[in-house]
Amino acid sequence: MCAGFVLPLWRVDLVAPQYPEGLGMLIRVNTVVGVKEQDLNSINNLNHYIGMKRIEPDSIPELRYMPAILGVLVVSALGVAAIGKRGVLYAWSVVLAAVLGAGLYDYWKWGYAYGHELDAETAIIKIEGMTYQPPLIGSKQLLNFTATSWPASGGWALVIATVLVGVAIWHSARRASPTAHAG
Amino acid sequence: MATFPKFRNFVGAGVLASAVLLAFACARRPSSGGLLSADAAQRVYVAPGQYDEFYAFMSGGFNGQIGVYGLPSGRRLKTIPVFSQYPENGYGYSEETKPMLNTSYGFIPWDDTHHPALSQTNGEDDGRWLFINANNTPRIARIDLTRFETDEILEIPNAGGNHGSPFMTSNSEYVVSATRFSVPVPNTDVPISSFKKNFRGQISFIRADQPGKMRVEFQMLMPGFNYDLARAGKGKSEGWFFFSMYNTEQANSLLEVNASQHDKDFVAAVNWKAIEGCAKSGKVKNTTASYSHNFTDEFTRQAKSETITSVPQFEAKDCPGAVYFMPTPKSPHGADVDPTGEYIAAGGKLASVIPVHSFTKLLKAIEDKAYEGEIEGIPVLKYEATLAGEVKNPGLGPLHTEFDGKGYAYTSFFISSEVVKWKLGTWEVVDRVPTYYSIGHLMIPGGGTMKPTPKYLVAMNKITKDRYLPTGPELTQSAQLYDITGDKMKLLLDFPTEGEPHYAQAILASKIKDRQVKFYKLADSKAPMVTRSEKETGLSREGKKVHVRMTAIRSHFSPDNIEGVQVGDTVLFHVTNLEQDWDVPHGFAIMGAQNGELLIMPGETRTLSWVPRKPGVYPMYCTDFCSALHQEMQGYVRVSAPGSNVALSGVTSKGPQPAAKAEAASKKKQ
Repeated sequence: MCAGFVLPLWRVDLVAPQYPEGLGMLIRVNTVVGVKEQDLNSINNLNHYIGMKRIEPDSIPELRYMPAILGVLVVSALGVAAIGKRGVLYAWSVVLAAVLGAGLYDYWKWGYAYGHELDAETAIIKIEGMTYQPPLIGSKQLLNFTATSWPASGGWALVIATVLVGVAIWHSARRASPTAHAG
Repeated sequence: MATFPKFRNFVGAGVLASAVLLAFACARRPSSGGLLSADAAQRVYVAPGQYDEFYAFMSGGFNGQIGVYGLPSGRRLKTIPVFSQYPENGYGYSEETKPMLNTSYGFIPWDDTHHPALSQTNGEDDGRWLFINANNTPRIARIDLTRFETDEILEIPNAGGNHGSPFMTSNSEYVVSATRFSVPVPNTDVPISSFKKNFRGQISFIRADQPGKMRVEFQMLMPGFNYDLARAGKGKSEGWFFFSMYNTEQANSLLEVNASQHDKDFVAAVNWKAIEGCAKSGKVKNTTASYSHNFTDEFTRQAKSETITSVPQFEAKDCPGAVYFMPTPKSPHGADVDPTGEYIAAGGKLASVIPVHSFTKLLKAIEDKAYEGEIEGIPVLKYEATLAGEVKNPGLGPLHTEFDGKGYAYTSFFISSEVVKWKLGTWEVVDRVPTYYSIGHLMIPGGGTMKPTPKYLVAMNKITKDRYLPTGPELTQSAQLYDITGDKMKLLLDFPTEGEPHYAQAILASKIKDRQVKFYKLADSKAPMVTRSEKETGLSREGKKVHVRMTAIRSHFSPDNIEGVQVGDTVLFHVTNLEQDWDVPHGFAIMGAQNGELLIMPGETRTLSWVPRKPGVYPMYCTDFCSALHQEMQGYVRVSAPGSNVALSGVTSKGPQPAAKAEAASKKKQ
């Protein structure tokens, strides 16, 4: 789970005929950066054609308190492990699922906002009904760009951590069941 | 039969009479040197999207540039402007690049490039820089191969025709300049007929291993001959340099006759390590001179020209052991050193043999003082004393030799129009192939260094006649690519070249391609007129000068409506390309500009000077197709009469234009 602090959580790749080498963004716990140094700048410059807002990490408040949330999760996980009570583990896992779900929903919401809140006055390319929300997971064609969004290394680490929590619950559930006791 | 594949087909079809006619038709045109054309095509085919294995840098001759080609495909990749203004990218037209073409004769927009030389480390081409000579107004340029741009140009004082240049030492310590024409030193008004008395030759060693600091380290005054080509010693002859020369008759008119009288001219063996010793002991004196040194700073991207007022100089005879003359038959052109450094092959243009000198024998001859005389204090060694051997009956008109590092040498023959392969040590001819037609230099990648990459040989031909579709009186120049991996050379490909390539260099692409600069970081720019964002744009007036600080980004200029310029003003458009991405240059052009256009790389600032002649409105636009809305990337400059009260202003306005707003407002009222 600590990996989430240093490794990027999510990655969006954009490939177009003009960008065979691709442009990309990494969503970290506290910021959004380009895969290559200038990628975010290039993406923002291209987005002016469709009237999309500039993606400025400073203007996304979630990025400021996400490290704290992740920190609380990590510390509380240690606490849960120290207490070693099944009930506490269950409760904590519900909180974990809620936080991760909320995080994903929030990410999707930002993607929705960027993709839909287009400045009609300055947008150069306007296509009736066209929006530019990148997919949460998977690929989508957005004009000349194929946008692909996947968890990045830090995101996978969180997935694994979550699976491990699931395994822990399953184990403790087995131990709690009478057959397990008999065994 | 292989040379006439169609002939065979026809025999198979039994149409014998037609076949005879066709065979005659084929016989008129030379065939492809024994390789079935399908095999040759496969060898040079580089599939779409694939890269060539080598970069080839071919001098442009009278176009003053360098052509960059891929080998084996022969595809042209780029033209690097060096000594000539280049309208395509504004080189020599923009204010930042004009100083590159400054000389002691003033601004010179053209020259004649001959011999590119790659920088070397431990006797191997390293792909850092490429040097090339200006033959007409003597200069040497350094091109940076991370940007494929001319960064530095040094003028050579007391030279007349910088032909014997800029050959490279094994660790890029020096490139050289040997004057083709002897001239009065210092150059003064004397009768041409006083040639023997007043005209001097000179050989200069130019420090080459520090960007921005090219300088003449020492200049050696020589007898008034013509100096032609050169090669650095290497391996066992490290520390030496070999220069060919002709016109030892010292003729100053009708040289084709008068300079072809002597049976032997010379190859000069120059010990530059000994000269360094002489320089340390104070025998090299600073002498008054005036010549230009031009350099582009990496961060300002702006060329500066400075005048240097002295040159370290000495008389060859005053530095004992610095120079020896090796007699060499008939006006030698190349003086080419094999990869071991032992052999020096000389191509006497009118000689019937290729004489090869031995470095070991040279040292011995010097030790034994095997002299047959001296010229202006320079010892002349006996021909036999330094001779390793002669290649007999090689062909007509030998010019230039390169090596494969496997014990073979390849010499070009202009008159008999062929490449001849011969063996070092036994001096026997082992193969020959025709060239179409009249080859000058030839080139093997690294073929003049200690470590050749002997896969291909490129012939640079002077005459093409019937080889390509005709194009009026002037025909294309031509290169030919030969496979030299086997015992026999095989012609693979003809490809047309720009200008007249005299000599070329080629290097494995892997040594260069991954070090390319993709764009200039705006944050690092130290250009004095850089504009890092649209907020920083603006206009200012300084008397009759108007500075426009302008930005370009897909797909607009800022400002794009400029007013308040007056006839008589000089307008300086300082355009910064705000892009920070590869392959997104913007152009800038304005109607009636007598100068040129700008091509501005991402993150770069370039300045166009424009002097409007009459009042009116002048369109300006981006010349490089930058984006889907490239055609919209345009604007206007309004020019008013002198003394007009139109205020200086520059805007880029988003949304409804002011006039449209006014119109809308008036409609509302109705």
